[in-house]
Amino acid sequence: MRSSRVRSILGIFAMLGVTAALYLGLIWAPPDAYQGQVQRIMYVHVPAAWVAYLAFFVVFVCSILFLWRGSQIFDQVAYASAEVGVVFTGLAILAGSIWGKPTWGVWWTWDARLTTTAILLLVYVGYLMLRSVVEDRFRGARYAAVLGIIGFIDIPIIHKSVEWWRTLHQAPSVMRPEGSTVAPPMLFTLLVSVAAFTVLYLYLLAQRLHLERLDAEILEKNREA
Amino acid sequence: MNFFQRTWTVLWKDLRIEGRNREGLNTLLFFSAILLFLFHFALGPDRTQIGAAAGGLLWLGFILMGLFAMARTFQVEREEECLEGLRLLPGDPGAIYLGKVLWAVVLLGAVEFVTFLLFGLLFSVDIWTRLVSLLGVAVLGTVGISAVGVLFAAMAAHLRAREAMLPLLLFPLLIPVMLAAIQLTQMILQEGSIVGQGHWVRLLAVFDTVFLVVGFLTFTFVLEE
Repeated sequence: MRSSRVRSILGIFAMLGVTAALYLGLIWAPPDAYQGQVQRIMYVHVPAAWVAYLAFFVVFVCSILFLWRGSQIFDQVAYASAEVGVVFTGLAILAGSIWGKPTWGVWWTWDARLTTTAILLLVYVGYLMLRSVVEDRFRGARYAAVLGIIGFIDIPIIHKSVEWWRTLHQAPSVMRPEGSTVAPPMLFTLLVSVAAFTVLYLYLLAQRLHLERLDAEILEKNREA
Repeated sequence: MNFFQRTWTVLWKDLRIEGRNREGLNTLLFFSAILLFLFHFALGPDRTQIGAAAGGLLWLGFILMGLFAMARTFQVEREEECLEGLRLLPGDPGAIYLGKVLWAVVLLGAVEFVTFLLFGLLFSVDIWTRLVSLLGVAVLGTVGISAVGVLFAAMAAHLRAREAMLPLLLFPLLIPVMLAAIQLTQMILQEGSIVGQGHWVRLLAVFDTVFLVVGFLTFTFVLEE
């Protein structure tokens, strides 16, 4: 199958998925008993955070594969995934902040998960900057891969340290041993939303990768000319 | 030469350079003295305020000194085109990495030792009875700073705007080290012991071990031409 075909199909599925998630999240699912309508932000916030972590995990795996195998494609995927990841990290923080104002009464608090996510944003903005300040493409790719590995391994350590330092965030309510405390329609909406965002991530990744390849092609043509 | 001899060769070379011109040591000691004066001006004469903020301020100083030391580890190689010579060191480049990390820890450890003494002197804090535990924490933290720092310092040679990029990449990754070291130093200064703070010591130990291993394994990709 041609790659443009794959991208179109992913795009259609992402659009359908996000539309469905919006309908379920804004209209179908009941408002929260305590938080009211504000809780609906969760249907954007949680999937965005999930995609952010997924994207950085992909960066991590591709960075290792790139250093190990040296194949350009891994580097391109890592770069594309980092960019998408940074966008979704920003989105997750923004959505969380909008939710935090009416719920906690403040736009920002130094809670563990919030702080970890913000540090994550700094690390991966650094990753993108690192790629732009190295003259040599291949050298830049190697440096970025090292940061991609270190950054991801650092996440649990950062999280643990910030957690011991201070915490206020909602305790996990879906993935925990005693079973979920979220009402079934809400959980269903959340899962649809997570799935939709994941497809959206794949679509953006494919688009970004396509762009990266065109870039490489132009570079190649220029060199020949 | 076996691995340890090669590591020692790199370390000994840097120790001898420092022994001859003492550039790093002198600059850092002077920096440390100025910093302690600035602490005093920033916090005013109130002794209780200094007591409450000392751990954080000392470590802010140490991380800045670390930044300077990191920049210096490879600056000396760049100035005289020595990087080529260093690359010719036979065998695994991991020996260069380890040698440089040890060198940074020795240099920073010496300056941190003097800083603690000066701090005790200038702010009338009883340092002598706590010196061993303070230095223990300082060394654990400094190994963490250096393990990540040396890796990025080696990259910095090929970066545009390297003076700004180094802290930008390094500081977010080092947040766990800072949190742990600040908590422990604060406890030692205020309570005199770190009883009940074992988790912070373990966090530092885990951070050091993980990033020494990762740095050791990835350094060859940073050094590669």
